[in-house]
Amino acid sequence: MTLAAAAPGGTVIPNFGHADSCVRHNRFFCWHWFTSHWNDTFAPALVQHIVLTVIAVGIGFVISLALALAAYRLHWLERPIGWAAGWLYVIPSLALFQILVPITGLTTTTAEIALVSYTLLALFRNVLVGLREVPGEVREAAAAMGMGRLQTLLRVELPLAVPTIVAGLRIATVTVVSLATVAAFVIDKGLGPLILRAIEEGQFKTEFVAAGGLAVALALSADALLVGAGWLLTPWARARARASR
Amino acid sequence: MNDFTRALDFIGSHQHLLWQKTAEHMQLSAAAVGIAALLALPLGLWLGHLRRWSFLVINVANVGRALPSLALISIGLGVLGIGFWNVTVALVVLAAPIMLTNAYVAIDQVDPEVVDAATGMGMTGWQLFRRVEMPLGIPLLFAGIRTGTLFVIATATLAAVAGGGGLGDIIVNQGSYRFEGVLGAAMWVGALALLADLLLAGLQRQLTPAGLRAARPGAPSARGPVSDLRARAAGLASSRPN
Repeated sequence: MTLAAAAPGGTVIPNFGHADSCVRHNRFFCWHWFTSHWNDTFAPALVQHIVLTVIAVGIGFVISLALALAAYRLHWLERPIGWAAGWLYVIPSLALFQILVPITGLTTTTAEIALVSYTLLALFRNVLVGLREVPGEVREAAAAMGMGRLQTLLRVELPLAVPTIVAGLRIATVTVVSLATVAAFVIDKGLGPLILRAIEEGQFKTEFVAAGGLAVALALSADALLVGAGWLLTPWARARARASR
Repeated sequence: MNDFTRALDFIGSHQHLLWQKTAEHMQLSAAAVGIAALLALPLGLWLGHLRRWSFLVINVANVGRALPSLALISIGLGVLGIGFWNVTVALVVLAAPIMLTNAYVAIDQVDPEVVDAATGMGMTGWQLFRRVEMPLGIPLLFAGIRTGTLFVIATATLAAVAGGGGLGDIIVNQGSYRFEGVLGAAMWVGALALLADLLLAGLQRQLTPAGLRAARPGAPSARGPVSDLRARAAGLASSRPN
């Protein structure tokens, strides 16, 4: 008898009769049990969760950037795109994952399509607002310096929109980290399956707390990482902050 | 399209079940929205009136919106056990941040010259708040309440995994209700969210002073917490759904 049997699929069945006293008494969080299952269960799930998130936010960002650039040039596009993204955003995720199954099956594609659709509202709106926020004088100055449209976009408008775009990326990223747990209803990837398994077994507290806690920690770290990235990408804002001190 | 018509048939033929689950769903959602509003709105309005502690508001909101609902439900199972309160807490955490930031910004964004004028006329702090800041802040305040309510109604479906009941019971039980049941229940939840939003929009209209009614409150996509609030603190608004 080992402390807990780990099935090939990664299922962890705590054995209450033979485990250490923390597990036997089903305390709130058994650090020892958590670390002993870090390598076979928690670390792989965490990595899968990060991969799911990065892919969804990446694809969502490319789509949103294209849509926002289109709406930036053609004003009438803003309403229909914003409307569609807004309604996609309020479909219950639990349902969207399952509704996609008949079309794309129980695959990662299904999960990613749903996750991408939840990034569009925040990213589209923030990219567009960021571009619109660029002061007219700055745009005129760029034109006066002989910059073309593309150059103005790449070297003036997009850099100035970085803070707003990063704000959108933060919303999109924490949204995806959160909803990727729900993807467990269609694919066995990420932290979601651990949460669902814990709920199904329905008693071992450490399993609830560890799986949920990792998702929370991932969301908060991703958010902090993006704040850092935004800070690195806007040296002029840092200089201004220093000057005003 | 066939699936779609069968989902409509499901809605037609399962009225009893749907209304029973709707009652549970709305009970859960109302409790969560009510508690979130009681916690977040007075605090946000008060801090907005003081025009202080924006740092605190921004950070509480950022951390709050980052917390995954299903993860909170999972942790909650370790603390509160299975059932109504566990899910309610997760939903309160979902709705409170956006209500807090919107309440703060609703007051804070009132034109400082208007505030100066009111103070110059001899208004006390309470009069200023009640007669100037609140009426001007209504649209943003309601934007927060409406967005929070939409999120809660959509996310309350997750209650099903933690024994909280509601319409999620149908969505997670494809074995019994088949695909048309899942799709039908999802459409039903969408309709509920829309209905709640319309009711709140109506309430907002009643509470907005006549002189400020020019702009109609739009659909959730048209009114933009992200863009409305971005000027204050980039991206502190808007939250995550479900």
